[in-house]
Amino acid sequence: MKAPLVEIQDLVVRFKGDRTVHAINGLDLTLQQGETLALLGESGSGKSVTLKTLLALLPPKRSEVEGGIAVNGTDVRKLKGKALQKYRGGEVSMVFQDPGLALDPVYTVGAQISEAVMRHKGVSRDEAMSTALDMLRRVRIPSPERRLKNYPHELSGGMRQRVMIALALACRPRLLLADEPTTALDATVQIQILLLLRELQREFGMGVIFVTHDIGVAVEVSERIAVMYAGQIVEEGTTSEIINNPRHPYTQGLLAANLHDVARGERLNAIPGAPPPLEERPTACSFAPRCPIAGPECRASLPDFVTLAPRRRVACFRALEAAAAE
Amino acid sequence: MSMTDTLHDTAAQTAEGLPDKGGPAQPLLIVKDMQKYFPVRGGIFGRTQAMVQAVDGVSFEVKKGETLGIVGESGCGKSTTARLLIGLTEKDSGEIIFDGQGVGDSLNLRDLRRGVQMVFQDSYASLNPRLTIEESIAFGARVQGLSDPIGRAHSLMERVGLAPERFAQRYPHEVSGGQRQRINIARALAMSPRLVVLDEAVSALDKSVEAQVLNLLADLREEFGLTYIFISHDLNVVRYISDRILVMYLGEVVEVGPVVSIWEDQAHPYTRSLFSAMPSMDPENRTKTPPLTGDPPNPINPPSGCRFHTRCRFVDTVCKEKAPALRELPGRGGHCAACHLHDPDSGHDKAGREDIW
Ligand SMILES: Nc1ncnc2c1ncn2[C@@H]1O[C@H](COP(=O)(O)OP(=O)(O)O)[C@@H](O)[C@H]1O
Ligand SMILES: Nc1ncnc2c1ncn2[C@@H]1O[C@H](COP(=O)(O)OP(=O)(O)O)[C@@H](O)[C@H]1O
Ligand code: SF4
Ligand SMILES: [Mg+2]
Ligand SMILES: [Mg+2]
Repeated sequence: MKAPLVEIQDLVVRFKGDRTVHAINGLDLTLQQGETLALLGESGSGKSVTLKTLLALLPPKRSEVEGGIAVNGTDVRKLKGKALQKYRGGEVSMVFQDPGLALDPVYTVGAQISEAVMRHKGVSRDEAMSTALDMLRRVRIPSPERRLKNYPHELSGGMRQRVMIALALACRPRLLLADEPTTALDATVQIQILLLLRELQREFGMGVIFVTHDIGVAVEVSERIAVMYAGQIVEEGTTSEIINNPRHPYTQGLLAANLHDVARGERLNAIPGAPPPLEERPTACSFAPRCPIAGPECRASLPDFVTLAPRRRVACFRALEAAAAE
Repeated sequence: MSMTDTLHDTAAQTAEGLPDKGGPAQPLLIVKDMQKYFPVRGGIFGRTQAMVQAVDGVSFEVKKGETLGIVGESGCGKSTTARLLIGLTEKDSGEIIFDGQGVGDSLNLRDLRRGVQMVFQDSYASLNPRLTIEESIAFGARVQGLSDPIGRAHSLMERVGLAPERFAQRYPHEVSGGQRQRINIARALAMSPRLVVLDEAVSALDKSVEAQVLNLLADLREEFGLTYIFISHDLNVVRYISDRILVMYLGEVVEVGPVVSIWEDQAHPYTRSLFSAMPSMDPENRTKTPPLTGDPPNPINPPSGCRFHTRCRFVDTVCKEKAPALRELPGRGGHCAACHLHDPDSGHDKAGREDIW
């Protein structure tokens, strides 16, 4: 197998301040070249922090990071100065829920995209502008020549999202990090953007990590899913393995709560309680207090990953038992 | 549970709230031709430049004990409709009849607000940060002069799953989003309402917490004989909780009907697109083409005729010229749609054809 595009080993992220937040607690993740992985989890589970760590975007004074993060063989934690700038936006880029985080309100769309292309690719202004135009076409913006001269506020919500994607992909990154880029969009616009991302991924052959709390969205964009809970990955597999045969009780609960095929009026099998506060580093299964099948061992120590098949893993003491009982 | 049980409960539970006046056959709420335009000001003198047609000729009914779901994309007028219902926004025109009494003539706004309560999406903004949870819940009951506000607050806290001994003295910022939404629900119920309008009330919650709150809402509906208007952009949630669904597009009702009938066969091309835009849950069968292109148009200058005609794949000349009326579809249990395709006399060249879908 080729060297993986992303390799995260035993990542730990803590935030210091009035109170300590143990945001990421021993996370391992591998993404192969050209793969699309959804990081699926509820708010506070550490999805955004994982992406920020990959881009070295965490506030250095307030955060402590441990573990290994390599992208395309580069040790991200060692990157500084020029090399870091080249990495961000060149090798790896990111799209957000709020395009305001990526787009500058005082520059036209064309100026922003061409500026990024000139900076990373060292081409002339004219050449960069024609790349910008080509990108607007690829993200299917109608009348792209005219749109190059627009400011971000002159565009509709769905259009701004497309421009942000054009900007992120203009330098042909190998890795795209997407942090809930469709969450604020209406359903009919969301599906357009999801299918667009799927197509561009295929066309450009880049790796994608797509963060979402919505299982349906994960199904539409990704071939693999890693489920996060309390700063850890609790289960990983192909999208169809996770959807059709979830092994972790948390994943099973999430799927049941999706209401997709629940009969009307039937009582929901809701996961009780709420995620843990993350004030301490977990020493047992973080899901145990809410888990319907938790036993004493779950409350006593951290579950290791059980590997069910190649690249199919579950962090649960009872995953094998539960599987055998079926 | 049958409708009669619900109605029976209603009679018992509303002892301190508004009494049931019209009897079981009288819809709890009738809305007729409601309209609200907002001025858009601009220029140096702040003069009105245009009007946002937020709600334009909306009519519907809500029966006693039923849950009406309202869906549609952002900006289509769902929240404005809700706010008009409880008088938070003043309507330009139209009629609201609550249990047989016209709001504004035989029923004043104060009495209406006793009968209708609202729960919003932003659980934080609707709570006073300086009041303890107990005080927040007791507040409305105090204002209304109901007996034993603190006792009421405690029993409601118990009922929504917030142990009074743990939570009564806490402040809103000291609890989670799901717990805050339970407080908002308890606060609404403290007024003994008959109708609760839930505007994206579970939308900000995580899925696992959303399921808990939906269970709670279903229990409370049964226990207190409540009637709900449930506004959400999430079709799965709306299907789960509603008896009937109303679909809005650019300030108008385009389709309304029993949830089963709409789920099986969406009559309006917009509703159909909305349903096809739902992400697939089957990895082997992902969505192949988006049902619509572009964003919804601006409600400031909505398209002529059928407001959906600029995005509709069945558009014909008549659609651009004439606005279709909401018509009942024969044999569909009160399922109505506003589309020329369903009016054999509309002049649409595909009107009445079944094979085009
Ligand atoms: N800059 C920060 N300072 C302190 N805590 C933070 C910071 N960023 C994130 N956190 C905390 O880390 C945890 C994980 O956050 P995040 O990755 O944003 O979750 P999500 O899965 O919703 O994206 C949360 O408890 C959050 O409050
Ligand atoms: N107070 C207001 N002033 C001006 N425009 C408003 C106001 N409230 C709502 N609108 C506009 O009315 C339209 C409908 O809004 P709303 O009812 O909030 O839609 P929804 O809840 O379906 O998203 C939108 O275009 C919105 O911008
Ligand atoms: S009236 Fe015409 S434009 Fe409107 S939805 Fe029906 S077919 Fe489409
Ligand atoms: Mg996040
Ligand atoms: Mg709204």
